[in-house]
Amino acid sequence: MNRMTNSLDFQAQALTLRAERQRIIAGNIANADTPGYVARDMDFASALREATGNQAAGTMMTGQMGTAPGQIPIGTGSTAELGLKYAAPSQTNLDSNTVDMDRERASFVENSVKYEATLRFINYDVRNMLDSMKSPSQG
Amino acid sequence: MSMFKIFDISGSAVSSQSQRLNTVASNLANVDTVAGPDGKAYKAREVTFQTVLMNTPDGVPGAGVKVSGVSENQAPGRKVHDPANPSADADGYVTYSNVNAVDEMVNMISASRSYQNNIEVMNTAKTLLMKTLQMGQG
Repeated sequence: MNRMTNSLDFQAQALTLRAERQRIIAGNIANADTPGYVARDMDFASALREATGNQAAGTMMTGQMGTAPGQIPIGTGSTAELGLKYAAPSQTNLDSNTVDMDRERASFVENSVKYEATLRFINYDVRNMLDSMKSPSQG
Repeated sequence: MSMFKIFDISGSAVSSQSQRLNTVASNLANVDTVAGPDGKAYKAREVTFQTVLMNTPDGVPGAGVKVSGVSENQAPGRKVHDPANPSADADGYVTYSNVNAVDEMVNMISASRSYQNNIEVMNTAKTLLMKTLQMGQG
């Protein structure tokens, strides 16, 4: 049974993190006109690795490790647990706001597509489980 | 479910932007207002935004927006020499409001774009939540 739900557990963690990231990006877009606001983003790969306790992430996620270009790692703190980082500004702004609307919108769409993908994985897992519980006569 | 907070975050941005649109509307409406008997003409108004942290159940705060204040532009009003105007002062000058119509139009476009962006964020969040509700059914 544990083996059957392993993948489901992993996808559930991924879904939670995707929802979290969606909220962070929504906050960035909301603050596009706020003076002095510093855009933030999540290093998804390392956040997932941390959330799943290094077990599944190593084998199932083959994404890039560490900091992606355009992200500055921040030190230890409460936000570091989630892998929250400050996005590096692509252009300087007079009001020192570092939200890059093009990038935020791209990340937002990317994240929502991947959220849906994770949902679909979960649905397939559930269907797989239900199918394997059926008796052969049920068809 | 942290996605529900998106409606609070984007909602706060939408209401802030609509307040900004409101001030733009009153500025544009008063672009040709002349000074009354007290000699004071309409001064252009501008809202300032501020990040407001919204508490979430999982501890990481979400970043909403609020209007922290409305400031008046203290630049002197536009003066036009028109001695025939009943509002003219002793030297024949009429003081108009200090609203710059071009600035206001730029402000308006920026506000409406941000408004649209946040509406789109909410629509996407709604779609994702609806699909989450159907989890395990398909």
